[in-house]
Amino acid sequence: MKLELLGHLILTVAIFGSLFLFVAYAVYFERKVAAKMQNRVGPDRVGWYGLLQPFADILKLLLKEEIIATQATKFVHTLAPAISVIMAFITFAMIPIAEGFYIADINIGMLYMMAVTSIGVYGVTLAGWSSNSKYSLLGSMRASAQMISYELSMGLAVVGVILITQSISVVSIVESQTENILYWNIIRQPLGFLIFWIASFAEANRLPFDLPESEQELVGGFHTEYSSMRFALFFFAEYTHLIVASSILTTVYLGGYQIPFQSFLFPGLDGWWLVSAQILTFILKMCLFVFLFMWVRWTLPRFKYNHLMELGWKYLLPLGLLNVVLTAGWLLIYDGF
Amino acid sequence: MEVAIFWLLAVIIIASAAATVFSKNIIYSAFSLLFSFLGVAGIYAMLSADFLAVTQIMVYVGGILTLILFGVMLTNRITMMSLKTDVFNFIPGLTIAAVMLAGLLYVIWVTGTWASDSPAAWDTTVETIGTLTITRFLLPFEVVAILLLIAVVGASFIARKDKQKIQS
Amino acid sequence: MFEQYLPVLLLIVLAVAFGAGSLLLTGLIGPKRPNQVKNSAYESGMEPVGTAHERYSVKYYMVAMLFVIFDVEILFMYPWAVQFRMLGLFAFIEMILFIGLLFAGYYYIIKKGVLEWE
Repeated sequence: MKLELLGHLILTVAIFGSLFLFVAYAVYFERKVAAKMQNRVGPDRVGWYGLLQPFADILKLLLKEEIIATQATKFVHTLAPAISVIMAFITFAMIPIAEGFYIADINIGMLYMMAVTSIGVYGVTLAGWSSNSKYSLLGSMRASAQMISYELSMGLAVVGVILITQSISVVSIVESQTENILYWNIIRQPLGFLIFWIASFAEANRLPFDLPESEQELVGGFHTEYSSMRFALFFFAEYTHLIVASSILTTVYLGGYQIPFQSFLFPGLDGWWLVSAQILTFILKMCLFVFLFMWVRWTLPRFKYNHLMELGWKYLLPLGLLNVVLTAGWLLIYDGF
Repeated sequence: MEVAIFWLLAVIIIASAAATVFSKNIIYSAFSLLFSFLGVAGIYAMLSADFLAVTQIMVYVGGILTLILFGVMLTNRITMMSLKTDVFNFIPGLTIAAVMLAGLLYVIWVTGTWASDSPAAWDTTVETIGTLTITRFLLPFEVVAILLLIAVVGASFIARKDKQKIQS
Repeated sequence: MFEQYLPVLLLIVLAVAFGAGSLLLTGLIGPKRPNQVKNSAYESGMEPVGTAHERYSVKYYMVAMLFVIFDVEILFMYPWAVQFRMLGLFAFIEMILFIGLLFAGYYYIIKKGVLEWE
């Protein structure tokens, strides 16, 4: 399927809307998963099985008082949550959800996502700084140092994929992983996948790497001084990161929208049916990663900060370099010098 | 449409650059630099130099500005002080600015004809850059590696000096 | 074509509208009953002591500095990676040299203990 410009614009609005819904329900899903793992019931009061809970939460937070501490720098304090949530949303722009269905396919798509993520660090940094509170500042320093450290390993892991695909465009990366599972990058780049996956935990500030907001020592980390919708925006950004990180992992390593063995299992599929099936496949794979993120969160304890930095700099970074060299060497042999 | 976006970017770049220079608060200076960098990246993207645009964001916004912000945050109470935005070093500053302007005007003068349209084909620049760094610009490429090595050694030297100071 | 950036621009506009809209809305409909205690910095119920803008460990600054250096090196790898299968063995040797120099610097900072967090 090929879309015209208008189609892409409509798709953009549709993706934005569904991303919004997915993020809202990711919060609900996380609470349900946590509840199940701890043998609780979880939210079940608002609506059928508590399904309206996300909207109740948003409404509640909208009606809360905005507390801006006297010592805070007001302008930056207001801007920081907005930066966080905007950058989290626009990372999604390059991800194809079905064949030909993407917001944009730009030659340097993969780098675009890395670049936008690196701007996202500012939301956290500025939040901590502008709050002018000790917990916030410590949390934001930790967050920015951790995010930039793991960005390096992430960038290196992607080099391996690009070596194989010979393109930085996200669409080409998905197309190079055909319906044959053996061509998925998780098989071709197992080490790269592992590095990327671990790094995305740190990028999304999630347990076991959630030191920026470790409740027991820093209260709430960088969002200690935030309330009402300002806090909600940070919360939103965090779960958007979760969805986007899962989508990127799906796209880069798990074949994106590719339906495994499609021509064998569903030979007659085409047109809108194919598109819907591909979107469904994409969503299922993405949900798998979302669930894995949650599973890890409610299973593993938190790292110490020095261990976290050690893991990033002393293990993942050299492993990433090794992965690049190994992949290049293998390709050299495979292509016959 | 393109012209409108160009002018929008130009206004953003110049306004935030002015804010960087004239702001009394160092954090606001650093912060407006962010928009300046982003605007320049936008200009690069419009010139179909997509790789350059992303590099601009990743290195300047993601790296160097974070470094500046960290520097500001780590320094004791510097954020409380208001900066001096008075004019000083007037003559040297004016000289440097004049020389820069003359150089730019000279380049504009020398370059006879400018392409006034946007490039017809929005080909990717990455492939050309990749080939050229390995073939024609091989020596500069490896010199960059050595330069970065020196930077790493220099950076760790600063850190070590700091450690000694704390111990003594 | 330039048009391929338009949907990205639209997405940016939507995201900005969402961010700004919800901030404005909550400011409009939320109650406003500030008082001095509520507006002071949270320090686990104690009176805030001093200012938050104290000196922090130089380690954070080091991490940012090393990040810039390594980020530049990794960015050089992308165009190389795209063209690698076209260029073959020569490109491989070149990159081994490049990564070798990068690794020498890396080994140096590890041995110097720059990245040791106490």
